[in-house]
Amino acid sequence: MTRKVPVTISPKRSRSEFARRVKELSGQNLQLCYQCGLCSGNCPAVTNMDISPRRIIELARLGLEDEIANSKTVWICASCLACAVNCPRGLDLSKVMEAIRLLTLRKNIDHVRPEDIPLQERCELPQIAMVSGLRKFTG
Amino acid sequence: MSLAYYPGCTLKTRARNLEEPAVASMEALGLKLDEVSGWNCCGAVYSLADDDLIHRVAPVRNLTRVEKQGKMELVTLCAFCLNTLKRANLLMKEDVEKRDTLNTFIDEGIAYNGEVKVVHLLEVLRDEIGWESLAQKVKLPLRELKAAPYYGCTLLRPREVAIDNVEAPSVLREFLKALGATPIDFGESTQCCGSYQIISNPNDISEYARVILSSASSHGAEALILTCPLCDYNLGQGQKELSKKSGLGEVPLLYFTQLLALALGLDPQVCHFELNYGSPESLLMAKGLLS
Repeated sequence: MTRKVPVTISPKRSRSEFARRVKELSGQNLQLCYQCGLCSGNCPAVTNMDISPRRIIELARLGLEDEIANSKTVWICASCLACAVNCPRGLDLSKVMEAIRLLTLRKNIDHVRPEDIPLQERCELPQIAMVSGLRKFTG
Repeated sequence: MSLAYYPGCTLKTRARNLEEPAVASMEALGLKLDEVSGWNCCGAVYSLADDDLIHRVAPVRNLTRVEKQGKMELVTLCAFCLNTLKRANLLMKEDVEKRDTLNTFIDEGIAYNGEVKVVHLLEVLRDEIGWESLAQKVKLPLRELKAAPYYGCTLLRPREVAIDNVEAPSVLREFLKALGATPIDFGESTQCCGSYQIISNPNDISEYARVILSSASSHGAEALILTCPLCDYNLGQGQKELSKKSGLGEVPLLYFTQLLALALGLDPQVCHFELNYGSPESLLMAKGLLS
């Protein structure tokens, strides 16, 4: 999927608080990535994403917070770790996705409101769906 | 002989058809699953943020209690619980600073060091009982049943907690062979079903399910064999609608423990087939495995 995003890159942005926090929360050294795209190639959800996993890494390490914030990619990721086990550089992209989600959730901005899940569905869903979903999508 | 056993929340409600045949089968194999007393929810997913210790309290508290009860091995059945408990255990083994913080917070009176070995029931069958020995105990071989193993994510990823080869797992294949069934390989057997996305993107889940089910079906599978209650829900709940839309016939979903109980000749009532998606009973009857 190709989507042109006009961006301004600068040393200042790549040393921004956002880039620092993503690195700190994920524990991942994003500079290791050489953009081979195996993460995107192995991601079963990539066709539903507006920015591919490979590009998320690039945007995150350039500190391009707004571009990432306007994307739905991190909310589509199911943390299946197909990217992580296939990364030739040993990066765990699922941790990067989680870090970016948390930077929103920790501002008390939830992605899902439990009351919006239809009652019947709430009763039918296995507990692991509710617990894991609310863990990933609420602060 | 008994094994410390962690059931987790879902197995006590929606996934009784995963748990009850397992408990009965293990008893028949001479290994009683002894439920850990005072267990709590494991948290379902392992926290992926480095600074998030509070969400590691739940799995570590379970592990601490296992050690306090004098057990050094913990058997799990739910793939989510296995993953969360095993990853938390690894953290307690390898990160001294976080271990100390968690031990102090949990305050169970012992300093837990990650020494309990967390295993999945499939590992017990493979490594402690062995496929040959299991095959000898089969009373009703599952002949002519073409079953596709579906691993999903959490039994195999990340690499450090995988119960088998990440790229080419074989444990379910060997298990099915031991029971006399015909395992059917297909390319999506380790592909994610969409997991917790069911609560926010149910439409995406239907598409993931269509890809997985149609691939298994086109490879000749008559049923999909599962280990995880969330895979079961994601692949099962929309099957009727999917079948109407895409013309794909329903693919019965079965937990591996149900096939185990059936093959060991136990009362089929213990399998709770009424809780399954895709009407496996008619398939099993057609194969002469159920009357």
